Amino acid sequence: MNAVKDMLSKNLRQSGILVAFVAIIILFTILTNGMLLNPTNVTNIILQYSYILILAIGMLFVIVVGHIDLSVGSVVALVGAVSATLIIKQGMPWWIGVLAGLAVGLAIGAWHGFWVAYVGIPGFIVTLSGMLLFRGMTFLVLGSISLSPMTSEYQQIANGFINGLLGGQGYDLFTLLIGAFAIAGFGWSQWRARRARIRYEQEVESLALFITKLTLLAVIVMYFAWKLATARGFPIVLIILAALILTYSFLSKNTVYGRHVFAIGGNINAAMLSGVKVKRTIFSVYVHMGLLSGVAGVVFSSRTNGAQPAAGNMFELDAIAACFIGGAAVTGGVGTVVGAMIGGLVMAVMSNGMQLMGVETSIQQVVKGLVLLLAVAFDIWNKRRAASAKA
Amino acid sequence: MSDTNTILEMRDITKTFPGVKALSNVTLEVKRGEIHAICGENGAGKSTLMKVLSGVYPHGTYDGDIIFEGKKCSFGSINDSEDAGIVIIHQELALVPLLSIAENIFLGNEQVEAGRINWHKTNAEAAKLLARVGLNENPQTPITQIGVGKQQLVEIAKALSKQVKLLILDEPTAALNDNDSAHLLDLLRHLKGQGITSIMISHKLNEITDIADSTTVIRDGMTIETIERGPEMTQPRIIKGMVGRELDHLFPEHTPTIGEEILRVEGWTVMHPTIPGRKVSEDSSFDVRAGEIVGIAGLMGAGRTELAMSLFGGAYGRKVAGKMFLHGKEVQFHSVADAIDAGLAYATEDRKRYGLNLIDDIRRNISAASLEKITSRGVVNANKEIVNAERYRKEMRIKTPSVMNIAGQLSGGNQQKVVLSKWMMTEPEVLFLDEPTRGIDVGAKYEIYTIINALADSGKAVVVISSELPELLGICDRIFTLAFGQITGQMPVADATQESLMTLMTKEREIA
Repeated sequence: MNAVKDMLSKNLRQSGILVAFVAIIILFTILTNGMLLNPTNVTNIILQYSYILILAIGMLFVIVVGHIDLSVGSVVALVGAVSATLIIKQGMPWWIGVLAGLAVGLAIGAWHGFWVAYVGIPGFIVTLSGMLLFRGMTFLVLGSISLSPMTSEYQQIANGFINGLLGGQGYDLFTLLIGAFAIAGFGWSQWRARRARIRYEQEVESLALFITKLTLLAVIVMYFAWKLATARGFPIVLIILAALILTYSFLSKNTVYGRHVFAIGGNINAAMLSGVKVKRTIFSVYVHMGLLSGVAGVVFSSRTNGAQPAAGNMFELDAIAACFIGGAAVTGGVGTVVGAMIGGLVMAVMSNGMQLMGVETSIQQVVKGLVLLLAVAFDIWNKRRAASAKA
Repeated sequence: MSDTNTILEMRDITKTFPGVKALSNVTLEVKRGEIHAICGENGAGKSTLMKVLSGVYPHGTYDGDIIFEGKKCSFGSINDSEDAGIVIIHQELALVPLLSIAENIFLGNEQVEAGRINWHKTNAEAAKLLARVGLNENPQTPITQIGVGKQQLVEIAKALSKQVKLLILDEPTAALNDNDSAHLLDLLRHLKGQGITSIMISHKLNEITDIADSTTVIRDGMTIETIERGPEMTQPRIIKGMVGRELDHLFPEHTPTIGEEILRVEGWTVMHPTIPGRKVSEDSSFDVRAGEIVGIAGLMGAGRTELAMSLFGGAYGRKVAGKMFLHGKEVQFHSVADAIDAGLAYATEDRKRYGLNLIDDIRRNISAASLEKITSRGVVNANKEIVNAERYRKEMRIKTPSVMNIAGQLSGGNQQKVVLSKWMMTEPEVLFLDEPTRGIDVGAKYEIYTIINALADSGKAVVVISSELPELLGICDRIFTLAFGQITGQMPVADATQESLMTLMTKEREIA
């Protein structure tokens, strides 16, 4: 029990948000009479918020390196507009639309990166300009009218499911298998990490705690997989999201590139004098953000089955909020991809729960605003506590 | 009670942080109107004690009593202690760069009449205060236009505006040159004449023996002794108290084994990054051989740091002429990474701004410049990293329970050891150490010198940049002097004296 307490207090920043997340799920499960955890609803939450989570991954890197990106909502709109124009107006195949969308995202990322990294204009200003610029271009591309519908293949990206591949009665066996594989893979990698730590004579948690943690996680994942399996199967977009989370989480924690991003956010001068290519790294962070905005744009246009001039409005704020709720520091240098994902899910579950309860949009906004404020206040309080405890 | 001789008494102060007892029954007695020095190694607890006194750690977070002017005090914040007349001036000055001298002096204490700031009164009062500290500047001058030494005086003027009774100075002369230091010490004596009591934390023992009426030595969070002014108050005695043993020599014995030339710089000329036409280094040439410790002696502003940083992959300024040779072969660096790859290392004089990521842990700070050494196929091996950091923690004797602790929480000397560890890990051939012992106490200095010697003995070429001449004379084999961006001379250490070096360091620019 002491070990658990120790672990929680050490990682209060992370575990605090996890505890809050669980509390919010329980709260809304009660308030909605269990509707929140209804299989169809769980699926819906993923489909509805996947693009925010994808944006939050890129935003986390931008925030850690010490900047911000206010343009992602407009970029999502422009990507959708370009993709829809090619597919609907030009009759191109769906994959051309996808590639064009990603290319637009990358190009915009490089554009932002150039001004921020090489010219030295703060990201806030550059992307504020981008927000107006790319919204305007969306209107130009679309001629101020919506385009619809996309081809059915394109729609599958955000609305499709992998179902019935392996059969199963009333549930999808394939989905359950994916869940099981995920657990096995995660367990294996954790076990290997633990073995490596022991080999290097590092401290490890007790075996009992290790197994308890994994078992708990396994139960949650399988429960979640069961929910999906009894609804419509495994959403394609969840595969995209999971792959992105794994890749970028790994990139941030285990690679030289990730270290450089955090080093720049922590002390840009020290990073420069340690041989970090500061400009190149900041540039590439914006390119990644651009690419992920491209992915989010494709997913969103697929989800809404077309392109609208006002698409993606305020997405940037949801993505930024997800990062801060998930423990990223406003001054840069601190944050995790997984934290940002949990932060995004906190917002998602709250919005969804309130929608199920029939709460007005106005009230929803009020509540979301307060939660963001409280999350950052908690973070600051927690930092101060840590500082006065050690100093 | 105000007739008592004692202005401040701190009794049995104990302050614990989780896992660490920072102060253990510390006692401090300061007499009215004296200059009281506090000495101790980095991490001994001096700063913690002053934070307790000034209310940074509020009453209730520590045990023991503070008796100021005969009254038991329980300060809840800095404001409380300032109201009582205790003002602390921190090592890092707390001035707002864009405001004027007068605005800074009255910041938080604005001269308001009927809700409006009376600027005439502000400037007039500021001028009076400046006269008291002997600073001849217009109160409306922006604070950035005066040097660090004068800024320090502005801080004292600010303290005087708060009717200070007890002035605490944390390392007041650490960033000052000799002239400014002397002026500051004179001012303290002068203020003493006006009845203001001072507590001075300092590592510069010659200043302490020069000025202090009594000296309290703290070691490992405990009061060792208080020495009154007199024949007893000598540097060896204080050092003994600080380190718990006698230091026979300030500098470790060292016989150099000097080999082949490693680095040679010829005609190095660098322009200032923003001021057009200004040369920060002009036609500088020097060389350093394997196993050799070469000193670069120069006053502040002579362009020492600028020279070193411009050599380090062009990290400063714009080079317009000059060649650099490694092992006799000409090299050109396009980035800091190039310089590191070629075997150069530069440990900065300003660890907080340029050396460390203060919000990250010790482990990652140590590996920041040599990640490729613990990376295979793009993946950083976190375990190797910890093992490696642990090795340096033991080797360099970095005082911390764990390498996973945050670098910003270490004391100055230990932070410097982290910076050195970082550069040792890059396995350089040439190390530039810029003011390697700034703000570090005697015991830790000795350790750093030992490390520098060991680096030279392992065949590396070491360049030490310093304005402390005894230090250069104590550890270098050869010394170059730098004045106004130009190398003005070089001499083997055997021929050098403080006087001969200072003459060359103040030599005016030769008009070509």
